[in-house]
Amino acid sequence: MNEDRRSFIKKAGIGILAGIGSAAGLFPALSLEKTVLPAWDEKPEPGKHRWGMLIDTRKCAGNCKECVAACHFTHNVPDFGNRKDEVKWIWKSSYEHVFPTASQQFQSPGVTERPYVALCNHCAEPPCTKACPTEATFRRWDGIVSMDYHRCIGCRFCMAACPYGSRSFNWRDPREGIKLASTEYPTRMQGVVEKCNFCSERLVKGLDPACVEACPEQALVFGDLNDPGSEIRKLLESTETMQRKPELGTKPSVFYII
Amino acid sequence: MIEKALKGSRNYWLWIGLLLLCIGAGFSAFSRQMWEGLTVTGMGRDVSWGLYIAQFTFFVGVAASAVMVVIPYYLHNQKAFAKTVIVGEFMAVAATLMCMLFILADMGRPDRVLNVLLYPSPHAMVFWDVMVLNGYLVINLVSAWTVLGAERKGVSPPAWVKPIIYLSIPWAFSIHTVTAFLYAGLPGRHLWLTAVLAPRFLASAFAAGTSLLILVTLILKKTTGFDAGNEARQKLAVLATYAGVANFFMIGTEFFTAFYSNVPAHMHGLQYLFFGLEGKSALVPWMWLSLLLGFGALAILFNPKLRQTSKWLVAACVGMVSSIWIDKGVGLVLGGFVPSPLEEITEYGVTLTELTVTLGIWAVGILVLTLLLKVAVTVKKEQEA
Repeated sequence: MNEDRRSFIKKAGIGILAGIGSAAGLFPALSLEKTVLPAWDEKPEPGKHRWGMLIDTRKCAGNCKECVAACHFTHNVPDFGNRKDEVKWIWKSSYEHVFPTASQQFQSPGVTERPYVALCNHCAEPPCTKACPTEATFRRWDGIVSMDYHRCIGCRFCMAACPYGSRSFNWRDPREGIKLASTEYPTRMQGVVEKCNFCSERLVKGLDPACVEACPEQALVFGDLNDPGSEIRKLLESTETMQRKPELGTKPSVFYII
Repeated sequence: MIEKALKGSRNYWLWIGLLLLCIGAGFSAFSRQMWEGLTVTGMGRDVSWGLYIAQFTFFVGVAASAVMVVIPYYLHNQKAFAKTVIVGEFMAVAATLMCMLFILADMGRPDRVLNVLLYPSPHAMVFWDVMVLNGYLVINLVSAWTVLGAERKGVSPPAWVKPIIYLSIPWAFSIHTVTAFLYAGLPGRHLWLTAVLAPRFLASAFAAGTSLLILVTLILKKTTGFDAGNEARQKLAVLATYAGVANFFMIGTEFFTAFYSNVPAHMHGLQYLFFGLEGKSALVPWMWLSLLLGFGALAILFNPKLRQTSKWLVAACVGMVSSIWIDKGVGLVLGGFVPSPLEEITEYGVTLTELTVTLGIWAVGILVLTLLLKVAVTVKKEQEA
């Protein structure tokens, strides 16, 4: 009798758990851990959207590092204080480093002395995804060049392939380099590559990327390059802009107003 | 047949012991690297490949050079190569194994290496490299082992092995071509972005690999009394000479294109390697030493009198191997990363951990080669007796 009761309770318990599990799958609102629902209700259609960014370098203030700080905090990007182990998703550099193949001679001092924000270009023709032997880095349906940290084997071919130095490798355990942990985005493990993800985890909630939100000068504009009515497209059409190393045919999705 | 590797003189076992010691040291250094991460190497965000990948590249060349004995013996029926062919094939087996170990040592997550096969990506050159290297290892091991086994029994090798041996010829070219394609298709790495990279890899492989093969046959002669024959060595020396000339000719054409066109990005890599950039010049002495050794080796090899003297032949072969080892096993990979895509100059300095892991992998390769050659030499000697 006792045996029967015990096995009945066991089976019933398993049944209830399974019920909750499948209910959570069917009705996301019932899940124990909150599932993020996409801010849009359409089905993903490859090529329909292409997220892009326009950086108005004239607005970018010299010593301000709000975009870098916001991004690196949100994504738990470690800081080890040395160049060799450095991991970065977005950073500020000089004109000659960000645009090494652009015209350097007789530029106005304003142009050459201004800081320039550099990040992953989310290229339409990304050399990094081509070089990846495991599809651990890939171009998503919305144009974002994404990373699967759990599939990456750490061969660093994507780093050799990227002509913009946008990729970083976790040479050591990144958790040791995180002073203030964020709960918005998981930390990575030692031995994998990472880079800017255009805040895909924020886009899905209908938010702008962290750097765009953090910029006090509103120098960063984010939007859909495939939508002719978007603000970014209007700015691209009305202003002269440039991309980094356009001669390589990578078709960057990040544009600059010089 | 493998039992023949278990019987040997005191010196043989001392040698095996020494190699095992080096493998142990390498393994312990590798464990440290696994534990603390690749931060224990000299690599970093700017120079993201180093000694491991460079050594891998060099040894793919050594592996491919087996074709320099297979072609004359099996395709042109040059009997002089009868005794060298097995040495070349076993050297290819050991070198291919070393290549794979160098790749594993370089990976951040070697535990996930099978992802390359689980998610096959034909658009990635690494996928093809893994395919051709594994194939080459099997092809050489199977064909050399089968032919040797038949020889031991005093019968002619089975008919099915012939096509496999013929297959090894284009396959040898494929491994080094694909290895060059790992580099030559990357935009923004101008030192590598050149169509001449694959031909140059083949030329330098045939020069250095063949020279190394000559040295191995001389070591075998001295330690075991097994002589692959002077005629074979002389013919190999001629092959190494022409391959060496082709290699240096192609390096010359790289210089012309970069400096005559005057395109900064094309010049930077060569400038850094041979003259230094913005005061950073760690590799400059090495690159000039490489040129000096290479030209010196060619000068000896071109002189028939010197070439036929054992001492000079050894000097030339050592010179050629060292020259290309520096050029391909150090310079080529590092030069692709300096300057970085943002034209920043960060230099690479090798660490002791990295060197110890490398030593360990060398020891694995030499151990495998020793065991395989021990079997081969014992069988050949039994046949002669």
